[in-house]
Amino acid sequence: MRAPRQPYDGIVVTAPVTVPYRRYSTNTAHWWVGRAVREVVKKAGLESADIDGLSLSSFTVGPDTAIGLTQHLGLSPRWLDHVPLGGASGVVALRRAARAVQCGDAEFVVCVAGDTNQVDSFRRMLSTFSRFAQDAVYPYGSGGPNSGFALITRNYMKHYGATREDFGKICVAQRDNALKFPHALMKRKLTLDDYLGARAISDPIHLFDCVMPCAGAEAFLVCREDVARSQGLKSARLLSTIERHNAFPEDPIQYRGGWALDIDEFYAMAGVTADDVDFVQTYDDYPVICMMQMEDLGFCAKGEGPAFVRSHTLTADGSFPHNVSGGQLSVGQAGAAGGFLGLVEAVRQLTGETLGASVPDAKIGVVSGFGMITYDRGLASGAALLARGTA
Amino acid sequence: MTEPLVRPKRKNPLKKTRVPLLPQGVRSRTALGLTEAAAEGRFRLQVCSDCAAVIYPPRDACPRCLSARLPFRDVDNRGTLLAETTIRTSTDVYFRERMPWRIGTVQLDAGPSIVAHLHGDLREGERTRLALKLDKSGQAIAMALPMEDTPNMADDPQWRELTCDPKFRRVLITDGRTAVGQALAEACSAAGASVVFVGVADPWKPFPGEERLRKLERVEIVALDLTDTISVNECAGEYAPRVDILINTAEHVRTGGIIERKGLTVAREELEIRYFGLTRLAQAFGPVLRARGADGVNSAAAFVNLLSVYALANWPAYGAFSATEAACLSAAQSLRAELRPGGVKVLNVFFGPLETEWYQAVPPPKVAPSALANATVRALQQGLEDLFVGDIAEDIRARLAVSPKALERELGS
Repeated sequence: MRAPRQPYDGIVVTAPVTVPYRRYSTNTAHWWVGRAVREVVKKAGLESADIDGLSLSSFTVGPDTAIGLTQHLGLSPRWLDHVPLGGASGVVALRRAARAVQCGDAEFVVCVAGDTNQVDSFRRMLSTFSRFAQDAVYPYGSGGPNSGFALITRNYMKHYGATREDFGKICVAQRDNALKFPHALMKRKLTLDDYLGARAISDPIHLFDCVMPCAGAEAFLVCREDVARSQGLKSARLLSTIERHNAFPEDPIQYRGGWALDIDEFYAMAGVTADDVDFVQTYDDYPVICMMQMEDLGFCAKGEGPAFVRSHTLTADGSFPHNVSGGQLSVGQAGAAGGFLGLVEAVRQLTGETLGASVPDAKIGVVSGFGMITYDRGLASGAALLARGTA
Repeated sequence: MTEPLVRPKRKNPLKKTRVPLLPQGVRSRTALGLTEAAAEGRFRLQVCSDCAAVIYPPRDACPRCLSARLPFRDVDNRGTLLAETTIRTSTDVYFRERMPWRIGTVQLDAGPSIVAHLHGDLREGERTRLALKLDKSGQAIAMALPMEDTPNMADDPQWRELTCDPKFRRVLITDGRTAVGQALAEACSAAGASVVFVGVADPWKPFPGEERLRKLERVEIVALDLTDTISVNECAGEYAPRVDILINTAEHVRTGGIIERKGLTVAREELEIRYFGLTRLAQAFGPVLRARGADGVNSAAAFVNLLSVYALANWPAYGAFSATEAACLSAAQSLRAELRPGGVKVLNVFFGPLETEWYQAVPPPKVAPSALANATVRALQQGLEDLFVGDIAEDIRARLAVSPKALERELGS
């Protein structure tokens, strides 16, 4: 039998930072990352020299990787990580950092994700995203992730009876949440009619199913709970995490993600059930993926996603609060920072530092990550259960 | 059902000619195995030598057993179209001006799922057969076709991007005095070419088959002497903007090896007609072909070289001739790279001895000129890049793949 995984006792996430996004930026990824790290250090009442662990996620920091950033930012960490996992970056960075802190390899780990978005940089990234994308995706109409997820969405709709109205409900609820969030790039109310009437991008994907690429950065600090307390920092406790890559490779087309493999352990490790969860931050590159996560994270059975969405408001103040700052669909997708957005917002919700809508009496949140569609499906998946700290 | 193509109207000379753009042509080295298959119209994927898994996209390790022995093999091309999408917006300049564009996920019966271009007559949920094709960049893509042929199938716009169909195109055949040239004129006319220009040196000199050639529908005889640069340039000046497919049918077949030839007279003549003739054609017509690669229904599509299969391995009985053919093949490879920016294909047609007077003493099997012509037109309709016609050509190709050294000894004995 497999050895049981050790709990993350005494490990917390604190100092949630969002560097406000911009549609386009003339600055480099290094600039965005630097601003986020500075904010974390400031917020935590630390000096740069105190940072002994760094985890970096970025698509546009090249030719640098995390090591180049240590010199660029003047840090001398004794623990360093680079997590090129897109939408799964936040959860994966967190779980690795948590173990480093728990084992004493580092005391203060800054996890940061940042990307710039220069005019035309998105197009250039698409054609070179992966070897499979270069060989087997980009030459096929060059629709980017829109066309890949269109096929997944189309297949899901056909099999489980999801409608555009169901996906629209997710997008509209997120926009409602976003209207209260000051950093959201989308400032206008979205109605279901707006959603349904938007122009087609790659059928059945329409304009408001797509995230808007932008520049931005997100970051948080991982440390021991007692250390956070002594710094006077409010924090969220880490109860459980899972991570899985290239799950179900035999599925001819993706209708489930890696969460489904590890979901029992996910809740068992935390000692809670899906019913105990007060809010959920799914990775929302496309609404069909949100629905898939609602199923695979155990909030409803496979195929019941559409009915589940119909039976909840999905707003921060309603039933099943979901992507409570608006998610990438309304805030924007700042490259790898999109994989941090839900996690950083979850920490704010649990520490009472919300910038926008607050989930009433939020005690437990689930954050989910998903990313890297290198050929026909998202490969990386992960999730974390966070709880309000005791401080 | 596919809308039949409409014969293009005469072009307004004041209108801008669309600049040829290409889809992304970068591939991993391993993925070029697909390009190799597509060039000959085969459907091949990697098949693991250890566990027999059929693999896609191309890899360097088997995802089932981690084997590195992953040769490309012919596999069953049938499958089911699981999901489709119509792409309406793209960041890529080539696809942007060709929107909307349909793609879909095909699950092959052989195993893997393949994201493929879709023929217009194929619908979600239907059975399909996949074909590997060369796109305008010259690299392989997969296209899903309806299980059975449909009316006007070849007129589908996504399909026609991949082919060099003579239908509604204007063809130049460079030497109408040869039996092969005449057979090609007939085959292209029958395939729906708008006009077939047939070059003849000194057209006032009668030649066998002339009467029949002149009677063919939509065939026009033009003066063209491939050994004369001025003649080639004059012909290009008149016709190049109206040539969409150029088929070089010049031939000069003489027996003998290098020693037996005695002097350079015959060798020079051979090179004048074949190698320098090809060079003259390429220099006179190539730039216009390359500029017209995206010029609508009758865009420039192909430059066709008819090559003896002994271009690949010298046959000393026709040793000097083989050497000249090898020079032409090498030139054709360069031409392929030079025409690619225009999305214009170079089709090399390889064949063994023909059923003509110059191979009189050679025993069968030999290739009939009409068979060669029909195969060439089919290759254009399929958008192939390499074609082997007849048993001898297939045999030489197979033996070359096994052992070039063994073939050299066998041909020289």
